[in-house]
Amino acid sequence: MARIAASARRQAYDGVVATAPVTIPYRRYSTNTAHWWIGRAVREVLTRTGLTRTDIDGLSVSSFTLGPDSAIGLTQHLGLSPRWLDTVPLGGASGVVALRRAARAVQCGDAERVLCVAGDTNHVDSFRRTLASFSRFAQDAAYPYGAGGPNAGFALITRHYMQRYGATREDFGTICVAQRQNALRFPHALMKQPLTLEDYLAARPIADPLHLFDCVMPCAGAEAFLICREDAARALNLPAARILATIERHNAFPDDPIQDRGGWALDVGELYAMAGIGPDQVDFLETYDDYPVIAMMQIEDLGFCGKGEAPAFIRSHTLTVDGSFPHNTSGGQLSVGQAGAAGGYLGLVEALRQLTGAALGAAVREARIGLVSGFGMITYDRGLASGAVLLAGLNA
Amino acid sequence: MTEPLPGPEPDPPLPPGTRSRTARGLTAAAAEGRFALQVCADCATVIYPPRDACPRCLSPRLPFKEVPSGGVLLAATTIHASTDAYFRDRLPWRIGTVQLDSGPTILAHLHRELREGERVRMALKLDKSGSAVAFALPATETPDMTEDPQWRELTADPKQRGVLVTDGRGAVGQAVAAALSEAEASRVLVGIADQAKPFGGEAALRRTARVEIVPLDLTDAGSVATLAGAIGSEVDIIVNTAEHVRAGGIIEPESMVLARAAMDIRYFGLMRLAQAFAPVLRARSAASGNPAAAFVNLLSVYALTSWPAYGAFAATEAACLSATQALRAALRPAGIKVVSVFSGPLETEAFHHLPPPKVAPAALARATVDALRRGLEDVFVGDVAEDIRARLAVNPKALERELE
Repeated sequence: MARIAASARRQAYDGVVATAPVTIPYRRYSTNTAHWWIGRAVREVLTRTGLTRTDIDGLSVSSFTLGPDSAIGLTQHLGLSPRWLDTVPLGGASGVVALRRAARAVQCGDAERVLCVAGDTNHVDSFRRTLASFSRFAQDAAYPYGAGGPNAGFALITRHYMQRYGATREDFGTICVAQRQNALRFPHALMKQPLTLEDYLAARPIADPLHLFDCVMPCAGAEAFLICREDAARALNLPAARILATIERHNAFPDDPIQDRGGWALDVGELYAMAGIGPDQVDFLETYDDYPVIAMMQIEDLGFCGKGEAPAFIRSHTLTVDGSFPHNTSGGQLSVGQAGAAGGYLGLVEALRQLTGAALGAAVREARIGLVSGFGMITYDRGLASGAVLLAGLNA
Repeated sequence: MTEPLPGPEPDPPLPPGTRSRTARGLTAAAAEGRFALQVCADCATVIYPPRDACPRCLSPRLPFKEVPSGGVLLAATTIHASTDAYFRDRLPWRIGTVQLDSGPTILAHLHRELREGERVRMALKLDKSGSAVAFALPATETPDMTEDPQWRELTADPKQRGVLVTDGRGAVGQAVAAALSEAEASRVLVGIADQAKPFGGEAALRRTARVEIVPLDLTDAGSVATLAGAIGSEVDIIVNTAEHVRAGGIIEPESMVLARAAMDIRYFGLMRLAQAFAPVLRARSAASGNPAAAFVNLLSVYALTSWPAYGAFAATEAACLSATQALRAALRPAGIKVVSVFSGPLETEAFHHLPPPKVAPAALARATVDALRRGLEDVFVGDVAEDIRARLAVNPKALERELE
C-alpha cells in the first residue's frame, strides 16, 4: 500500500480553544425527539456562555435519530443562521472529528463561534431499527447473522484479542469496575449501583465472551461544546482548553483479518510530535469504551504500552480518577450510558470539564493535559473511524 | 354478543431478509448451491461483502464467480441476546469470523462442531427469508453433520418428515417415492388417481417401506381438497411429480385438445395443489421440531425456452414455472422453500424415441432428495438441462434459433 508521507508542515491549532462543555443528563428511554435533546444542549451552551443565537455562526451536528432531518433542517428548527455548517456522522469518533474541523474553521476565520453538538433519543424500539439499517454491509453481511448488533461483532473481536494476547475476563472487568467507581461520583451516570469484579464475572452472557457489564446501555441524551478563539473565550470569562494536536483516520489496516488495532496506531507519532509531548505527560485518558477490549486497544495504540501489553498495563495500574492512570473519569459510556452519537462526545466534554476545573464528579489531581480518543462505525466487522485529541487547560 | 372472526394463524418471524441489489448475487449462487463471491475482473481480488467498486483497484466489473470454499475459523461467539424475533426464538445462536483461503473475511453461521482455529468449508445457503447467508461447516464430513439445528434451519431434509408425492402412476413418481423412503422420510404418501385401474410398478411401489397409497386426482379440485383435509397436517414436504408429455407444436389441429389436457394436469393441477395445501403448510410452518419445509415442482428445462418440436408441452411447463415462482412468493412469509427441479428428456415411455442423453427417473429422484437436503431452490439435472441453462445464460436468442 502506498503510504502518504506525514505532512511535516501541518499547522498547529494556535489561538483556538474548546469551551463550554455541556451535558444534558441522560435517560434510559425518552419519548422526546433528537431535536428536543439537541435543542436543550444548544440552549444550555448559550446560557453558559452568555451568547445569543445570532452569535453562533458555526454549527456541527452528530445524531443517528434526527431523521428525516439533517443539520440543515436543524438550523430552521432551532432558529440558527450559521455561515458554517457541518454534519459528522461518525458515531464514537464524532466528538474529536467535530472539534478538529471546527477548530480549523475558527482558526481560518470561516466562523468565529462553532457550536458542536451531538444528541440522540432512544425510543423503546429505536435501537433495533438503527441496527437493522445501520450500513449496507451490516444489512448484507452482519445483521442476518443472529442480529446481535455490535455485541456480536465485538464478541468476535474480544475473543480473538483474548486468544492472541492473553487478556482475561478479569482484565476487562478491572476496566469496568474502575469506571463504575468513577461513575458513582459523577451525578449524570445512569448506573448508580456499585459494581464488584464478582458481579462483573457473574453477569449473564450476551455474546461469549461478552457479558452484561461489557456492554453499554443505549439511552437518550446530548452533549455539546463551543469552539472559538482564545481571546474570545477570555473576553467572555470562559475557562477553556487549548488544542495541542489531533489526528483522525478511517478504515485503517483493511487487510487485518480481524481487528486488533485502530487507526491511532498509524498516526500516534504525529499526534505527540505536534503537541511536543510524550504519553508520560498525559494526566488522564478518555477512551471510547463501547466495549472494554477497545479501551485496551486505545491504551496500546496511543502509546501507553506496546501492542498486546494492555492486559499487563491494566494489572499494574489503578484506573480510577485518583489512581495511577486516571481513565474515563466520568465513568465512560459503560457506566454513564451510550446516548447514540453523544457517546462520541462524552469523553471530550468530560475532559474539557477536568481541564477547566469544572469536574462534576471527582477531579483528576492537577489535570493539565488530557488525551481524548474516539472510535466508531462498525459497518461490518470492525470499527472504521478513529481519532484523538490532546487538550491542555489554558493555564497549563 | 359477537364472536371474533377466527383470523389466519400469524406467520412465524423470519430472519432479516433485506439485502442490497448487488448482494442478490449471493442469493443467485445459494439458490443453486454454488459458493460464488465477487471476483474483480481487472485485478482478480476476491471481494466480500458485495461491493460496487473493487477496494483494490476501483473497478466496477465485479462478477460473481465460484471461489474455493476453504477457510479458517478465526473467532467464534455464541449469541445469547438478539434484537430480532426470529433469532430470539432460537437462542443461543453461534456465529464466527472465517478467513477465506481466497482472501476476505466473512461472518458466518457456525456448525456446532466447529472450534476456533479449525479448517472450515463454506457454503452459501438460503435462509427462511429467502436470502443468502454464509454457513461454515466442518472441513470434512462428520457422522451427524446434517443434524446441526442451525443447518436444519437452512435445509429441508426429508429425514423424519412426512412427504406427499402427488402422482405415483409413472416411473418418475415411483422413483421419487423410493428415494424419499431411502432418505428416511417418516411417511411417503403417494397419490394415485383412479386406484382401481392397475399401473406398471404398482407392486414394487406398495412394497416400498413407509409408502402409503392415497387417492389423489390432480384434475379434480374436490379430490385434492379432500386429501388436504385428511392428511394435510401430516405433510411437511410436497413433491409434484405429475407428468404430461406429448410431442407436437401448437399449430396442429389436435394440439388444442392435448394442450388443454396438459394444462389441466400440470398447470391447473399445480394450482389445485397450491390452493388446497399452501394454507395448511403455512399454518404449520411455525411448528416446533420438523415444521413444514418445502414444495418441490419437477419441471422440464424447456419451461425456460421453447422446444418447438414439443411446443405445447414447453408452453405448459413455462406456465408451471411461472406458477412455481408465484407459489414461492406466497409461501415466503412462512419460510417454506419452493424448489424447481429442471430436467431434459427422461428415460420414460413418453420420450422413448429420443436419442440420449436422457435422465433416468432414479437420477431425477436422487437430485430431488439432494436439493431438499441442501436447501436448494433451482436444480438442473442431467446434461441437457445443464446445457440449456448454460446456453441461455450466454445468448438466449441464439438458443432459440438453435432449438428450431
